[in-house]
Amino acid sequence: MRIAIASGKGGTGKTLLATGLARVLTDSHKASVSLLDCDVEEPNDHLFLAVEVEQVETVSLPVPRIDAQRCKACGRCAQVCAFHALALVRDKVLFFPQLCHSCGSCVLQCPEHAIAEVARPLGRLEFGRAGEIAFGQGVLEVGQAMATPLIRGLKERAAEHLPECALTLLDAPPGNACPVVETLRGADYAILVTEPTPFGLHDLQIAVELAGRELGIPIGVVVNRVGLGDRGVEEYCEATDLQVLLRLPFDRRIAEAYACGKLWVDALPEYRAELLALYERVVELKGALL
Amino acid sequence: MTEWVVLSGKGGTGKTSVAAALAHLASQEVTVALADADVDAANLELVLSPGVVEEHDFSGGQVAVIDPERCTSCGRCAEVCRFGAIPLGGPYAVDALACEGCAACYYACPVGAIRTEDQLTGHWYRSDSLAGPLVHARLRPGKENSGKLVMQVKMTARGLAVRTGADLLLVDGPPGIGCPVIAAASGANLALLVTEPTVSGRHDLERILGTARHFRVPAAVCVNKADLSLSLTQEIESFCRDDGVPVVGRIPFDEDVVKAVVNRRPVTMTSSGPAAEALVGLWRNLRDEYLVEERRAEPAA
Repeated sequence: MRIAIASGKGGTGKTLLATGLARVLTDSHKASVSLLDCDVEEPNDHLFLAVEVEQVETVSLPVPRIDAQRCKACGRCAQVCAFHALALVRDKVLFFPQLCHSCGSCVLQCPEHAIAEVARPLGRLEFGRAGEIAFGQGVLEVGQAMATPLIRGLKERAAEHLPECALTLLDAPPGNACPVVETLRGADYAILVTEPTPFGLHDLQIAVELAGRELGIPIGVVVNRVGLGDRGVEEYCEATDLQVLLRLPFDRRIAEAYACGKLWVDALPEYRAELLALYERVVELKGALL
Repeated sequence: MTEWVVLSGKGGTGKTSVAAALAHLASQEVTVALADADVDAANLELVLSPGVVEEHDFSGGQVAVIDPERCTSCGRCAEVCRFGAIPLGGPYAVDALACEGCAACYYACPVGAIRTEDQLTGHWYRSDSLAGPLVHARLRPGKENSGKLVMQVKMTARGLAVRTGADLLLVDGPPGIGCPVIAAASGANLALLVTEPTVSGRHDLERILGTARHFRVPAAVCVNKADLSLSLTQEIESFCRDDGVPVVGRIPFDEDVVKAVVNRRPVTMTSSGPAAEALVGLWRNLRDEYLVEERRAEPAA
């Protein structure tokens, strides 16, 4: 089973839940777990788990290189580039790598066959173990724009580098754009983590629309920091029949453990039972006992 | 006109609460224009009670469509598609969510069976808010090109700021360090990086600092919820000092900040507690250091 943990709004507790669940499930031998940190712009799971990295791979994207000898400055490449990454300026083709989506259209369309592709590094993938947890993460290189291909690479390569596990947890990036879609694609279930504030509610509604309606993934909600804020999230979940799987209280001790990089379920073992129950609830809801 | 963008790397550190407070405080002293560049999860509008003045459709890209009448099932489109949007083996059809809009298939189809259509990827709005004109947007969930919509929001807000003679354009940015962040930060005079005293806040701060530096945007740091771990706050501040990055504010954890969000107001409007007080200090520091000279110059003695 593949469970994605997403949220819309950042900082609601995706990493908290993903790392906590992974640890509790492996410790209790409920399920073998692989955890993929798909927040490649700001991957944080590794800060809470003692990860031993075993394999590192660079992910590159092919980008055009123009052979000046062959180029007749016809401008066809700039014309077909949907992303304006190529421009013909005074008989010379200029390339803006930040804009390139690596679609290869310019290579295919150049009548002089003057365009070759070279690899442009985007970031790296790391695979290893954190105790019993099989772990993988993507790390986008600072200054690079394209998170989505790195997430796609992480998911593809995990199959090769990590042992097969009963459960794969995907820790999603915040937001509701293409990197989140890439993370959610193929998930059997999505847990949406939110907080009881108007910000949390607003972004939860968008995440529900994306995961539930657009992608058709079964969803449930975890409300974090209950006690702060208002009742808007609860009322919305009630009104739309959204399952609230777990409510975590606003507990300063969780925040303090998190702040200094301690795994909260180790510091506060009293929360372990609730996470196990959450997992069982999801399994039950999926109707597929593993 | 000076342009500031509020960023954080890590989500949920308090960008929007800080931006809303700065907008409110700044609007009492100078003319302000605002932009919410977090187009996937736009929250600034929730606390600035905007009245929408204009609404525009946004087509951030295209999507390929295959005409089944003309398609000869040669499979060339599936061969050239690098985004897995056209499954090999047919029947040939485009998965619109996977389609990047690159049009490689359109150019490659030997029988002209593929066309590209504009895709409605979002909306953007010009509003009047309690702190000044606000440009904001809503990306349709899951759509591509949030960076382009961010650029649209920013360029519109810049135009508006120039037309209205604003002294300050304040941009609330998205989390992360990738495409939408780069779009939000490009050309800004200052990136205010809001962090929190957690190991993840610190880790992500280093990456967003690197990003600001890569694109040559000057940065300053403010530590939010600073009293949650004073030792980590000090560690972050000393790391910034060693790195030559000014620390311009330290905001304590204060439930009034959450209450202000619930009341849909900037915290500086509803509270005079420790967070609001620290935000006033932050605004004064920023005003004195980073608002362009000619606007705030005292009359010559």
